Amino acid sequence: MKLLERHLEDPGRLLRLKRWCYAGLIVLAMSEVLAPRLFHAERAHFWFEDLPAWGSLYGLASCAVIIVVSKLLGKLWLSRPETYYDG
Amino acid sequence: MTVEWVHPGLLLIAGAWILPLIRGWTKRAVMVLLPALALIDCVLMKPGTYGVVHALGQELVFGRVDRLSVLFSYVFALLALIGMIYALHVDDDAQHVAALSYAGAALGAVFAGDFLSLFLFWELMALSAALIVWLRRDRGAVAAGFRYLLVHLFGGVCLLGGIAFYWSQTGSLTFGDMSPHAGSAAFTLILLAFLLNAAAPPLGAWLPDAYPEATATGAVFLTAFTTKSAVYALIRGFAGTDILVWWGAAMAVYGVVYAVLENDARRLLAYHIISQVGYMVCGVGIGTQLAVNGSASHAFAHILYKALLFMGAGAVLQVTGLRKLNEMGGLYKTMPITLALYMVGAFAISAVPLFSGFVSKAMVVSAAGESHLAGAFLLLTVASSGTFLHTGLKLPYYMFFGRDRGLRAQEPPSNMLVAMGLAAAACLGIGVFPDLLYGYLPYPVDYAPYTTRHVTATLGLLGFTALGFFLLLKHLDPEPIISLDTDWFYRRGLSVSLAVTQRGLGRVEHVVARISDAIVRGPVLAVATCLRELDANVIDAAAVGIGRLTQAVSWRLSRSVSGHPQHYALVMAIGVLVAIAFVMFGP
Repeated sequence: MKLLERHLEDPGRLLRLKRWCYAGLIVLAMSEVLAPRLFHAERAHFWFEDLPAWGSLYGLASCAVIIVVSKLLGKLWLSRPETYYDG
Repeated sequence: MTVEWVHPGLLLIAGAWILPLIRGWTKRAVMVLLPALALIDCVLMKPGTYGVVHALGQELVFGRVDRLSVLFSYVFALLALIGMIYALHVDDDAQHVAALSYAGAALGAVFAGDFLSLFLFWELMALSAALIVWLRRDRGAVAAGFRYLLVHLFGGVCLLGGIAFYWSQTGSLTFGDMSPHAGSAAFTLILLAFLLNAAAPPLGAWLPDAYPEATATGAVFLTAFTTKSAVYALIRGFAGTDILVWWGAAMAVYGVVYAVLENDARRLLAYHIISQVGYMVCGVGIGTQLAVNGSASHAFAHILYKALLFMGAGAVLQVTGLRKLNEMGGLYKTMPITLALYMVGAFAISAVPLFSGFVSKAMVVSAAGESHLAGAFLLLTVASSGTFLHTGLKLPYYMFFGRDRGLRAQEPPSNMLVAMGLAAAACLGIGVFPDLLYGYLPYPVDYAPYTTRHVTATLGLLGFTALGFFLLLKHLDPEPIISLDTDWFYRRGLSVSLAVTQRGLGRVEHVVARISDAIVRGPVLAVATCLRELDANVIDAAAVGIGRLTQAVSWRLSRSVSGHPQHYALVMAIGVLVAIAFVMFGP
C-alpha cells in the first residue's frame, strides 16, 4: 500500500500512472479489433457484436448513458432530502 | 423421517438454541460447527425423496434432493458457515439464533417438495429476517423491520392464496413445474409471491429499505437467502415464463440506475442485489438449459461475492461507524487488506475474467444471445457496465480513495478478515476453475466462458466504463440525499391517503350530521318540547289543581271536626231526616 500511496499522492507519478492507464485502454480496444482476426473466435450472436471494438464503445456509451439518465431522473423526480421519511 | 437423512435446515434451526446455553470458546466452536455440519450433511446427500410426513390429510415432503436443490443447499450452507465466522466476535445470542434459523429456513425452502412445507419455511424466513433487522436495536432498524415484515406477510398471503387455488384445482400440493397452469389464479399468485421475494420491482423496495438497516454481520446473511431461495423457486416452477425475460432485464437496469443516486454504501450494494437477481430472473424467463444453468450458477456465484462485498462495507461500518459515502474517503491507507478482499468481490460481480461472475453471468447473457433476444442482451450488457461502474469503481473510490478525511481506522477483527478471505477464495476458485461449479449445475454443461471474443469484449467494456467513470467523476460525487422508491407508497403514500381519507370522511360526516339534524333531531326535539309543554302546562296544572282542591276540602272537613258529641249527634239526626225524606218523597 505504501507503493500505491506514493503513486497517488505524488502528482508526477499520478500523471504517469494515468498515461499508463490510457495506453492500457488503447491496448484493450486494439486487442478487441485484432484478437478475433488473429485467433479463432466463435460466431457472434448479433451483427452489432462484429462492429470494431464493440465492447469498448458500448461500455463507454453505457457508462455515460447510465450516469446522465440516472442523475436526470434523480434531479427531476426521485431525489429527496435525507430527512424525508422522518417524523 | 428416515434415519439416513437428517434435514440440514432443522439441524441449524434446532442447533441454534444450544448457543444461549454455552459460553466462551465452546460457543464459538459450536457457531462454526453447526453450519459446517449442515454443509457436510448437504454434501453427503444422495438424490431421492426423504422426510415424507403425512399431516392434515396431505403428504408433506421435507426432503426433495435433486441436482437443483443440492446446488442451492451447498451455497446456502457454505454462506451460513462464512457468515457465522464473520460474526464470531459478536456477543449477542439473539442475533446468532436468528441468523442460523434464517439459514435453516432457507435450506428448508430449498428441500421442500410440496407447497405447504415450502410455505412454512417461507414464513419462517420472513420472520427470522425481520428479527435480524430488528436486532440492530435502533429506531430506524425497528421501523425498517416492521416494514419488511409487512411486505413479506403480504407476499406470504399471496403464496397461501395461490396454494389454496392450486390445491382446489388439482387436489395436490406437489411443488413442480407450473407451466401447465399458466394463466390461472394459482399460477399468478404464486409467481407474484416468488417475484416479491426476488425483489422484482415494483415489489422489491423492501430490500434496499431493510438490508442496510441490519447490523454489519446480520446484513451478510440477509444478502444470501431470501432472494436466492426465490430464484430457486422460480427455476423450479416458472422456467420458460416469457414475462420474466423482460422483467428480469428491467430489474438488472433498475438496480443500476438507483445505485448512481445512492449515498449509503450498503444500500448501493443492495440495489445491485436487485440488478444481479435480474440476470437470474431473465435466465429463468429464457428457460433454455443454458439459461437455467446460467441462473443457477449466477445465484451460486452471486451469494459468495455479494456476501464478500457486504462484509467489506460491514467492516468499514464496524471500524468507522460510517455508512454514507460522502463521509468516507482515504481508508486504503489503514484498511488495505479489507480493500484488497473487497476488490475481489467487486471484480467478481463486475464479471472480470478469472473471477466468478465472469463464468456465471456469461451463461445468462449468451443464452439471451442464443435465443435471439437482442433487447435483453443489450440491457444485460448495459447493466454489466453499470455494475462495474458502481461496485467496482464508485464505491471503492469514495470509500477507500477519494478525499482523505483523516478517519482513524484499522483492519477489522481477524475473524471478519478470515470470513472475507474464504469468500474471496471461492470467487477466485470458481473464476479460474469454472468446471468446479459447472459440474454441479442442473443440466449438463456444454459452455466455454474463456473464448477470445468474450474475454476481449468484456475487458473492453470494463476498461471503457472505467474511462467514462473518471471522465464524469465530478458528476458522481455522493450527495446526502435519498431516492424515492416504491416503498413510498407504504411509507408516505399511505399516510397521505389516510389524511385525504380523513378529510373526505370529515366532509361526509358533516353532511350526514346536517341531514340527521334536519330529519331526525329537529322533529324529535320538537315533539319532545311539545310533550314537555303539555306535561308542564296541562298535566302538572291538573295535578296541582286536584291537589289544591283536595287540600281545601280537607281543610274544610278538618274545621268541621269540633270534638263535641252533640254536634256529631245533630249531624247524624240531619242525616237520618234526609234519608227518611228521600224515602218518603223520592222518586
